[in-house]
Amino acid sequence: MTVITDALCPFCGCMCDDITVSVENNKITEVKHACKIGVAKIMGHHRIKAPMMRTDKKSEFKEVSYDEAIEAAAKILAGSKRPLMYGWASALCEVHKKGILLAEELGAIIDNTATVCHGPSTLAVHEKGLPSATLGQVKNRADVVVFWGSNPVHAHPRHMGRYSVFAKGFFNEKGRRGRKVIVVDVRKTETAAMADEYIQVEQGSDYLIISALRAILAGQAAVVPDAVGGVSKEQLVKLVDTLKAAKFGAIFFGMGLTQSMSRYKNIDNAISLTTELNSFTKYVITPMRGHYNVTGFGQVCAWETGFATAVDFARGAPYYNPGETAANDVLLRKETDAAMIIAGDAGAHFPADSVRHLARIPVVQIDPYWNPTTEVANVVIPVAICGVEVEGTAYRMDGVSMRYRKMVEPEHPTDIEILEKITERVKEIRGD
Amino acid sequence: MTLKVNLITGRTINQGVTIENKTSSDYQEATALCELNSKEAGQLGKPGSNIKVKTAHGEVVVKLKENNGNPDGIAFIPMGPWANAVVDPDTKGCGMPGFKGIPAQIEATSEKILLMKELIARYK
Repeated sequence: MTVITDALCPFCGCMCDDITVSVENNKITEVKHACKIGVAKIMGHHRIKAPMMRTDKKSEFKEVSYDEAIEAAAKILAGSKRPLMYGWASALCEVHKKGILLAEELGAIIDNTATVCHGPSTLAVHEKGLPSATLGQVKNRADVVVFWGSNPVHAHPRHMGRYSVFAKGFFNEKGRRGRKVIVVDVRKTETAAMADEYIQVEQGSDYLIISALRAILAGQAAVVPDAVGGVSKEQLVKLVDTLKAAKFGAIFFGMGLTQSMSRYKNIDNAISLTTELNSFTKYVITPMRGHYNVTGFGQVCAWETGFATAVDFARGAPYYNPGETAANDVLLRKETDAAMIIAGDAGAHFPADSVRHLARIPVVQIDPYWNPTTEVANVVIPVAICGVEVEGTAYRMDGVSMRYRKMVEPEHPTDIEILEKITERVKEIRGD
Repeated sequence: MTLKVNLITGRTINQGVTIENKTSSDYQEATALCELNSKEAGQLGKPGSNIKVKTAHGEVVVKLKENNGNPDGIAFIPMGPWANAVVDPDTKGCGMPGFKGIPAQIEATSEKILLMKELIARYK
């Protein structure tokens, strides 16, 4: 039996790096220290065994060889006038690099799962920058921690234990007792139940409340009405006092801001609030990124194309305009005529109308698991699991890059191998 | 009895645990449900009974679940294909569909919850 210590978890943006994995005969037998989501991800189950194809999406799949599936995928993509390449967040940066090369070759749109997650945060960061810090700084220094529209008990189960709430740090020997925790949310979540202060807001009113906090912080409390978004002025004034009293404040935000009314403007406003708090004391703000390497795609895409996501190569040079070039934009406009879905599940996580369009066009899926995207796919290519069976680089939610080691040898080819072969065939078909 | 609510969708821990196992009954158990506080849930039926959630964008049958963290008028469905049958696809000029803040109507139903395969088959 081999015991791997300090392994990285390939599930969420926390990228916990203290996992112990036991391996016997190239099979993972036990996972320690990970949360229950991490254990489920690393243990794995029910893989797609072999590549599959079908012409009619209502018919059953037939198993085919990898060469046949790659040939079919290359033909679909090379024959498309407006291909979409979506997913990427459950894959390593080395995969992203290959994907971007293929997107450039095809003149495709390449977009990642941020489009239904923190895509609006990216837009806001373009406007305002991001006064942020590593999770290590938060662990060692933060004495006021705010979770706004995020529920780490459910979505990032070890975030509070390792980095933000319960962890003892260099300048915070008391751990939980040394930190004031504030939760702002529509629902009283399990995270809210653990907070020192819970601010219940009316759904969709975050922009108004952040604006009120900024006004109070600027000494203009007189202009704030008696209640904003379901929160009393008294509570807002008290909250500003608490925020200002911090030695080091950390704000973490989630889908409550990015998916509610005002979308990226909520984040824009929250970043401004953070910047203004820095006139009084130290404050940082960090998005609670979902998939472990969704941040990594943004990094690779930014250094390869100049843009973090939703990049359109149709003009021959990278062009970016979420709202026009994001995955759901082109699907809802029925503009895209073929799609490759890789390391993400558009079938499960896109609105019905987007999935309806995917069901009408040729779809190539590259994924270890059968999921709703498989149900609308024509060509399915199973691959090894990045971070478990494939080594490589990923970026934690705070932008710290770390190297994943292989835990077991893969029985399937890697995403990299598949993308390289598809790219090679696409070039041949197009006569490049 | 039709209950008018503001629908939000999002992550739960069991949705996360089963996310790479979406053909399983565990995934359906974790995501084909709608949470309301017990007062509002009680107007529709017993926890575990089937309810139909309708919006301007579609309708879906899911299981009724109580969660007293929800204020009055707020319904929550874990993210996934059942939730996405009724969310607002409009990306509001920034690429992000409306996964939260969707006006919805909920009523008790005797219709069954579609399996993931059956749900997606409706789109073909």
